[in-house]
Amino acid sequence: MSLADRSTFKRRLDALGVTVTEGPPSACAELIDEAAGDPAVGVALADESDDPADATVALPDRIETDPTTADLRAAHTGVTAAELGVAAYGSVAIEADRAGTEPVSLFVDRHVVVLREADLVPDMPDAFEWLGPRTRDESVDVVFATGPSATADMGGLVRGAHGPKEVHVVLLRDEETADKEVTADE
Amino acid sequence: MSSDAAKADRIRELMATEGDSVAANTRGFNEGRIESTGRLADYEELKDEARAIKEDAIGRLPELIDEVRESVEANGGTVYLADDAADANRYITELTAEERDADRLVKSKSMTSEEIEVNEALAEAGVEVVETDLGEWVLQLADEAPSHIVAPAIHKSREGISELFAERFDLDDPPETAEELTVFARERLGDLIEDADVGMTGANFIAADSGTMLLVTSEGNARKTVTATDTHVAVAGVEKLVPTVEDFSPFVELIGRSGTGQDVTSYISTLTPPVDSPVPDFADDERPLADDSDGDASADPDRDFHLVLIDNGRMAMRDDEELKETLYCIRCSACSNACGNFQSVGGHAFGGETYSGGIATGWEAGIEGIDVAAEFNDLCTGCSRCVPACPVGIDIPWINTVVRDRVNRGEVDSRQTDWLFEELVPDEEPAGLDLGTRVVGNYETVAKLGSLTAPIANRLADASPLRALAERVTGIDRRRDLPEFASEPLVDWFERRGGAAVPADEASREAVLYPDTATNYVDVDRGKAAVRALEALGVHVRIPDLPGSGRPPLSQGMVSTARAAAEDAYAGLAPHVDAGRDVVVIEPSDLAMFRSEYERLLPERSFERLADASYDAMEYCFGLLENGGDPAALRAPAEGTGPVASGERVAYHPHCQARTIGVGEHATAVMERLGYDVRVSETECCGMAGSFGYKTDYYELSMDVGEPLREQFGDTARTVVASGTSCGEQLDALLGSSPMHPVELIAPRE
Repeated sequence: MSLADRSTFKRRLDALGVTVTEGPPSACAELIDEAAGDPAVGVALADESDDPADATVALPDRIETDPTTADLRAAHTGVTAAELGVAAYGSVAIEADRAGTEPVSLFVDRHVVVLREADLVPDMPDAFEWLGPRTRDESVDVVFATGPSATADMGGLVRGAHGPKEVHVVLLRDEETADKEVTADE
Repeated sequence: MSSDAAKADRIRELMATEGDSVAANTRGFNEGRIESTGRLADYEELKDEARAIKEDAIGRLPELIDEVRESVEANGGTVYLADDAADANRYITELTAEERDADRLVKSKSMTSEEIEVNEALAEAGVEVVETDLGEWVLQLADEAPSHIVAPAIHKSREGISELFAERFDLDDPPETAEELTVFARERLGDLIEDADVGMTGANFIAADSGTMLLVTSEGNARKTVTATDTHVAVAGVEKLVPTVEDFSPFVELIGRSGTGQDVTSYISTLTPPVDSPVPDFADDERPLADDSDGDASADPDRDFHLVLIDNGRMAMRDDEELKETLYCIRCSACSNACGNFQSVGGHAFGGETYSGGIATGWEAGIEGIDVAAEFNDLCTGCSRCVPACPVGIDIPWINTVVRDRVNRGEVDSRQTDWLFEELVPDEEPAGLDLGTRVVGNYETVAKLGSLTAPIANRLADASPLRALAERVTGIDRRRDLPEFASEPLVDWFERRGGAAVPADEASREAVLYPDTATNYVDVDRGKAAVRALEALGVHVRIPDLPGSGRPPLSQGMVSTARAAAEDAYAGLAPHVDAGRDVVVIEPSDLAMFRSEYERLLPERSFERLADASYDAMEYCFGLLENGGDPAALRAPAEGTGPVASGERVAYHPHCQARTIGVGEHATAVMERLGYDVRVSETECCGMAGSFGYKTDYYELSMDVGEPLREQFGDTARTVVASGTSCGEQLDALLGSSPMHPVELIAPRE
């Protein structure tokens, strides 16, 4: 991840009509709360931090993290993590799991996706270098989602076909990178 | 190529009913491709990488099939290798109708499933099939076939879809805007997906190492199809296998850009099924969505996955040296979108049972048989604009040529005795080949005779009763002006003038100006202009009497005749190449033979020697100027204002094959260097494409393909220049004035 990647990623998302908000992991719940419509369902975010001093990333309380199928049907927004971001394309990698990340990201009008800056890679080959071993070792199912679902089959380009109409990326800035930037600025 | 009135009528009807919609969409996709691939810094490297992966994969396909079987079974899925469509359909219907007792199967878009006609097989077994791709659903409701392999309903207008919905669902106030139509379809299909029992997808690529399949989609229906159902059936041709997941990367970067001009589509699903998502229980929806009952992170135990790999002629294609390349096709649709004829008629005319566009000739010949390919193969004119567009570098015109050759040989009718023609023409083709094909294929002989007997031949050729007769016998449309033969060929003129004006010992370079058939017998003036331009730049020019390149017979699929011509032309040129002379060619379609098609017709070393020594006339002038040639020796635009200066503004249409071999832009550069203001056409091919536009079956189509040129150049006061003879004829027909070759513009006056 470099600064150039982050700015490329944000520029690509902007061109795709995807809103990006960013902040430190401690602001995660607040950023999600601002981005999510109502009612909202979600999949609990795994805390990948090795350092217990870091803030725990979390969803705001109003997000239903153990939804029924009926909750999913009724939901306006689905909140999930992304495992990876691909800067050159503005893509986020959503991994299917037993908790329902795939349906929560799919059967809703707005998908709010949480991505750690550290998980941003420059380009598509990097993404497949990451994916290859995981498919062989863990049989993962990953969708690289780029902007909202879309169709051109109805006589014009329409955003929002079978999948979400809107995508919002919450980018969690790496505290360490933020520190370095400050150093670089001095 | 003799007239097939029914086919011609069908093409006219499609141009009238679907042509506008298809043209707007495909031209949009094509422009998008050019822009999107233009943003890739390493586009050519990615194409080479993609090509290498496909060559490797198809080369060891049996091994990959074994490997994917192991991978998928280790993941808990099943692989079935189906010999043909019936075998695949039997497996799928038994699984769906009997084992699963399914009422409904939902499908995402898959051309392979259309190839095997699995919908019909399932319906017979009592299973309702619902296409969930919005375009495919529209076609299912309308009971129509796709007109494009990626965007299946491009032939339908928004109004047409609205009317269709109103009729099918009995709506008084049907949705009208694209948004309304999409919402309506999404809601209808959403309910149908929720209650479905089985989900069927295709696969764009499958990695043998992990059993991971890649799906390129935008709507999200494939994701829903897989997630909402507990049984996933993926149908894919065996050629979709690649060795590893890492191999997906270049294809992901290329497929959307090459097809519809999207850098990447909304969703690139990489599934290693059975997938890990819980199966939402839409019937008992108060149950929690998440399923961690067994505390396991792997696939949901309720899920079942079947990969149905289809042979259906593919392994035989793999053994067919000429058709094998078809298996590299990733079905991106670039060849359809870049094709002038496809843009005008779409896949309902330019297509077979399942596939459409230039590459469809290979698919349909391999899967359905040569007779199906023969029905639309004529529509590939060999303009070659699909070649640089193809992300895996398939020589699509060559596949069409080979299939045409096989059609020619298969169509031999021994009862037909054209002994007269047999005596007259020196071709290597079987007796009984239709006369139109032969007239075009032996154009060099026709031109030679025409030149010998001009002006009588020209007068006779224009006499209307004879044109009517010729149209009936040869299929050459009487609305076309026929080439007028010159009484003194270029070679004879050059000899009469005393040969080279610049002696060899005073020359900067020595060149052979190749007397291509069109320049030698028809458009001698551009040959004379080329001599003046080259000599003005200090070149010692020779014009030996040399045979034709073999382009006309190759365009008719007469491969043996073309090969014999290539050998003769090479034999004539080889001593000059050995003597260090450059070979300068005026007619781009002949230069493209030397630089491209001869690779298929001559030994590799012969091809390379001639290709390396050959230049387009304007490319050569460009090179001479770059190497110190004096631009003042050439003709700059006239000074002054008013009509005198009008020659400064030029409209230039580069020849299709010149663009493909990379010599389309040298003329622009030379003209601009001399001070001309050049506007270059954006049209891939003028539509004449050698002899194509002369054929009476295709006259209207050819004129329609040229329409964008009329739109761009029609009301310009610019001087129109074009390098191809047939482009010149077409521009004359479209614009009402005959263009000159760029070398005639820049050559010093006589």
